[in-house]
This record gives sequence, structure tokens and C-alpha cells, in this order.
Amino acid sequence: MSHDSNDSAIAYWREHLRLLTVCLVIWFSVSFLLGILFVGQVNRVTLGGYPLGLWFAMQGSIFTFVVLIFFYTWKMSKIDKKYDVEEE
Amino acid sequence: MELRTITFLVVGATFAIYFGIAIWARASSTSDFYVAGKGVHPISNGMATAADWMSAASFISMAGLIAFLGYSGSVYLMGWTGGYVLMALLLAPYLRKFGKFTVPAFVGDRYYSSTARIVAVLCLLVMSLTYVIGQMRGVGVAFSRFLEVDISIGLFAGMGIVFIYAVLGGMKGITYTQIAQYVVLIFAYTVPAVFISLQLTGVVLPQIGLGSTLNDGNGVFLLQRLDMVLTELGFDAFTTNATINPLNMVLLTMALMFGTAGLPHVIIRFFTVPRVRDARSSAGWALVFIALLYTTAPAVGGMAMFNFIKTLHPGGVGNPESALVIEERPEWMRRWEITGLLAFEDKAGDGRIHFYNDENPPAWAIEHQLEGNEMVKIDRDIMVLANPEIANLPNWVIALVAAGGIAAALSTAAGLLLAISSAISHDLLKGVFMPKISEKRELQASRISMAGAIVLAGYLGLNPPGFAAEVVALAFGLAASSLFPTLIMGIFVKRMNKEGAICGMLAGLGSTLLYIFLFKGWFFIPGTNVLPDTAGSWLFGIQPQSFGTIGALINIIVALVVSRMTAPPPDNIQQIIEDIRVPKGAGSAIDH
Repeated sequence: MSHDSNDSAIAYWREHLRLLTVCLVIWFSVSFLLGILFVGQVNRVTLGGYPLGLWFAMQGSIFTFVVLIFFYTWKMSKIDKKYDVEEE
Repeated sequence: MELRTITFLVVGATFAIYFGIAIWARASSTSDFYVAGKGVHPISNGMATAADWMSAASFISMAGLIAFLGYSGSVYLMGWTGGYVLMALLLAPYLRKFGKFTVPAFVGDRYYSSTARIVAVLCLLVMSLTYVIGQMRGVGVAFSRFLEVDISIGLFAGMGIVFIYAVLGGMKGITYTQIAQYVVLIFAYTVPAVFISLQLTGVVLPQIGLGSTLNDGNGVFLLQRLDMVLTELGFDAFTTNATINPLNMVLLTMALMFGTAGLPHVIIRFFTVPRVRDARSSAGWALVFIALLYTTAPAVGGMAMFNFIKTLHPGGVGNPESALVIEERPEWMRRWEITGLLAFEDKAGDGRIHFYNDENPPAWAIEHQLEGNEMVKIDRDIMVLANPEIANLPNWVIALVAAGGIAAALSTAAGLLLAISSAISHDLLKGVFMPKISEKRELQASRISMAGAIVLAGYLGLNPPGFAAEVVALAFGLAASSLFPTLIMGIFVKRMNKEGAICGMLAGLGSTLLYIFLFKGWFFIPGTNVLPDTAGSWLFGIQPQSFGTIGALINIIVALVVSRMTAPPPDNIQQIIEDIRVPKGAGSAIDH
């Protein structure tokens, strides 16, 4: 590995970690914050017959998880391309 | 046609499919046996992973728990799905890039130590075996219930079937069989849910039906009515049930998430996809297929409870005169009474069944001087299986649910057995003790260890060390506290060395095992527990099932401290860590 490719590897890893942090904050918020710790407050809002906190604990968090993984996959392949480290 | 005949036909037909596939896809090489070649598409792989992952606990048990626990039961929903986010983001792509067949092989190479590899095998064996015991029990219960035979005969039948297709097929056979099993189990789960949702609310999708109004013309929401009747019977309301306190909800959800991401039979799936990109999206696809069942489960649980209460109070709740007359009880109750999982007792002697919470008796029960709750036993695990019968659905739907339950238990048992056999033959024999073993002998050894594991698990399933749910919770706690932190640190903490990893794994595994054995008895032997399993004696109020999160923290702290006090990993290892962080140049999974 030459020196500039080393710099680019560090930048790649930084950008990757930033994306990971964003995704994990969302992961934590929909389940632990909305679904458990602040469930009482969130429940004051309703979604049809569902109190919103209950809905996040039972369904909303799961839907968010699915979208989150595909968002990450899509974003990562863009980052891979940008730093030219994608697979052939 | 009679229910029993239809059940035979439906279960028989699904088995013909599984066996046909297992024979068609027979493994011919070691690499086929472990990782199904490279030709598994992410969508197929996701479907197989979903079947592998959703066990009898998800299919049979979970909705029943939600029926009785309401909101508190959502720890299982969030915990068992959130782990896939961790897996897709923090584990799968890197392990795929690393290109090894098994989890202990990664641990052994990353931590440049065969001791680390052996410790990883130990963790893997302890957790997989505890998990598979619960599954074999599930297989036994499902078979005995629907073939109407004794539980031990049901268990032997199940053992034989798992043995044949897992041993013949290896991973390749299992992958394609599991796709078929997924289709069977998702049909079996959603069809009755759709029927019941239509009956109660007129909405096709049960996910929406649970949040809709009842179609009795009053415009009341189903959940509102459910909360109302539960409260009137003295129970916690469904939507705010607080059986599990917030501390334990957080810790248990976290332990189930970490455990999911650390379960070796699930991780091994991501070694089978062609590219690193596919490892990321495979986890997403697996979660799509899992979410189909998991988002249906709350509706199944809530509506089953709703129908169950309605059955017991044909004239409405809150008046003893309107309770179900014993002689008029429906056929499904009589059928489940035979299994001993459902029982009532006419304490008041008035020929009716009074169902309410006698620890918090409602005013009307006190006023009429009832003698206590008369529904003395309703096993939570019968809710999903009895659900279509409670709702008066046609016999073929009931038969379908039976086939689905069996598919769920079998597919998970087969995946776990494969993880166990590859740990023994590949990691212990070839990796450490007999490096010169031939490919043919290795394949033989893995089949023998698989057979051995089936016999051991079957034996322990006959004499279970506790309730299946407890055993499954232990398996998750162990995965969360041992392998998960070690894998994560292997990728994200470059400075982590072999001393840190080994001490961390042993500390995490040891502390979690100890905490559980203190309350549940040594090796689950009843009566050998040191402390009573009650909230009052739990350390800081942490229930044993939730301890995996604490075990994971202990693992991480010990590993970080020990690694700072010992020599950093050699340069070539640091180079490898750099390398697995980028997708470029990933070959196919290789042997060494």
C-alpha cells in the first residue's frame, strides 16, 4: 500500500464509522427510546387504535430495522465506489 | 374429512418435499457441506436464514407470550429482530471478507491462537446444545400432539427425521430444504391470522387489523375493548402491561439482540453468499422474511386473547351468570384437556367456568363470592396451535398450523446441529488436533458428531432441564456474553490481542452461566438453586434471562483491561484487520 492509498483508507473508514453511528442511533431510538424508556409519553399519541409507543415496540421498530439495513447497504456501496474499494 | 386424517396428509406432504430436496441436493465436498457452495442468492439465503432462525420458540411460543404479557411481550419482538441490524452493520460483511467457514476459525485466526479457537468452540457448543435441547423438545411436543402418540415416541420420530436430512444434506441440502420450510411456516402462520382479522375487524392485514375498530357496528377499537375486558377481569391492560419492569425490558431486549448477532448458526449463513455486498443485503432480506411473521405475532396474540375471553364469557364479562357453562364448552377445549395443558376446576360448584385474576379480584367477583379463578391451567404455548380452533376455522387451516410448527422446530434444529458438527470436526479435529485429516474423514467425523449431538439433545429433550423458554433464554444470554463482544472487538478494536479475547470470553461466559445457575439450579437440576428465583433476591433486580447484557459488558471490560496490560497483536494480524474493513479483493470462503 502506498501513502495516498493509506490516507484514502483512513478517510474511507472514517466515513464508514460516521454512517454506522447514524444507523445505530436510529436503531437505538426506535426500540429503546420510543418503545421502552419513553413509551408512556409516546403513547399519548395514537395511530388508529394503537398507542404510538406500543406500536413502535410491536411493529414500528421492526419496520425501521428492515429499512435501516437496506439504507445502510445502499449507502455503503456508494461509499465503496467513491473510494474505489468495491468488489470486481 | 376428519381433522386427524387431514393433519397426516398435510404434514406428510410437506415432509415428502423436504426429503426430496435433501436427496436432490446431497453434499459432495466439505465446502458444500459447510457453506452450500457460492451459488446462494441473497434472497434465497435470506429466506433460508429466516427459517433457520425462527424456531419453535418464535412460531409456537411467542404469540402466546404476547397474549398474556401484552406490551411487556414486545421485548421478544424487538430483541429478536434488532439483532439483525447489528449483524448486518457490525459483523456479516467483515466475516464474509475474512473468508472462513466457521466462527471459531475466525476467532482462532484473528486472535492468532488455537487456545482462543478452542475457547470459541467451547462457547459455541454450550450455547448451541442448550438451544437445540429446547428445539428437540419442541419437535417432540409437536409430533406427539398431532400424531397423537406419547411424547417420547414423538421425540424419536423427530430425531430420526432431523438426522436423515441434516446428515445427508449438509449445508447445501439444509439451505434448499429451509427455503421450503420457510414457505410452509409463513403460510401456516399468516393464513389463520388473516382469517381471524377478517372475522373480528373486516381488515385483511392482521398488522392493521389489530389497530382497527371491531366490526360489530359500535366503532370501538379492538385494543380498547381488549383492555376493557382484561381490566374488568382484574388483569393488566394489554397495551400497558407492566409485568416486566423497564430495567429488565432494556436488558432483556439488549441480550436478545446481542445473542441473535452472536449465534453461530446464524452467522455461518453469511459465509455462503458470493460477495461482501451480498452479506450486507442478505441480513436485510432475512429480516424482511422474519418481519412477516414477527409483525403478525402481536395480532395473533391479541386476537387469540380476545377470542379466548369471549369463549369463556359468552354473555359478556363482569357477571358470573354469563360465564361459560361447563357442559356447553367447545370441542377444542375438550381436545386440549387431554394433553393436560388446559384445565379447569369448578370451585364455585355452579357448573360454570369463572375466569378472572384472583390475585387482584374485581369487585363483581368479590360481590358474588366466587371461590377463585377456575381456569386453573392454560399453557401459553397452546395459544398459537389452538388459535384456529378457537376461531372455528376450517380443519385444513388447523392442519397447516401443525405442519408449520413442525417445520419451524426442525429447520432450527438442523441448522444448530450443523454448527455443532462443524465446530467439532472442522475446528477441533482439523483445526487443532488432527490437521492432516483427509477431506473424506473430516466429512465422516462431522456426520458422526452430528449424530452424537442429536442423540444427546434428544436425551436431554426427554428429560428437559427446565422449561424450553428458559433454556432458549440461556442460549441467547450465553451468545450475547461470549462470542458477540469478541467478534465485534476483533473487527473494531485493532489493539485487541489473544490474551484479552480469551479472558473476556471466559469471564463473559462464566459470569452469565454462574448467575443463571444460581437461580435456576446447577446445570438446571431442579432444587439445586442457591437463591430463590424471585425479584427480591435478584442482583439489582436483574432477572437471569436479562443477564446476558451484563455478561457482555463484563466480557468487554475484562478484554480491554487485559489487552492493555499485554503485548499488542503482531503486525500481520493488524494488517488483516485493515484488510477485512474494505470489501475489495474478497475471494470465496477458503479453507486453510
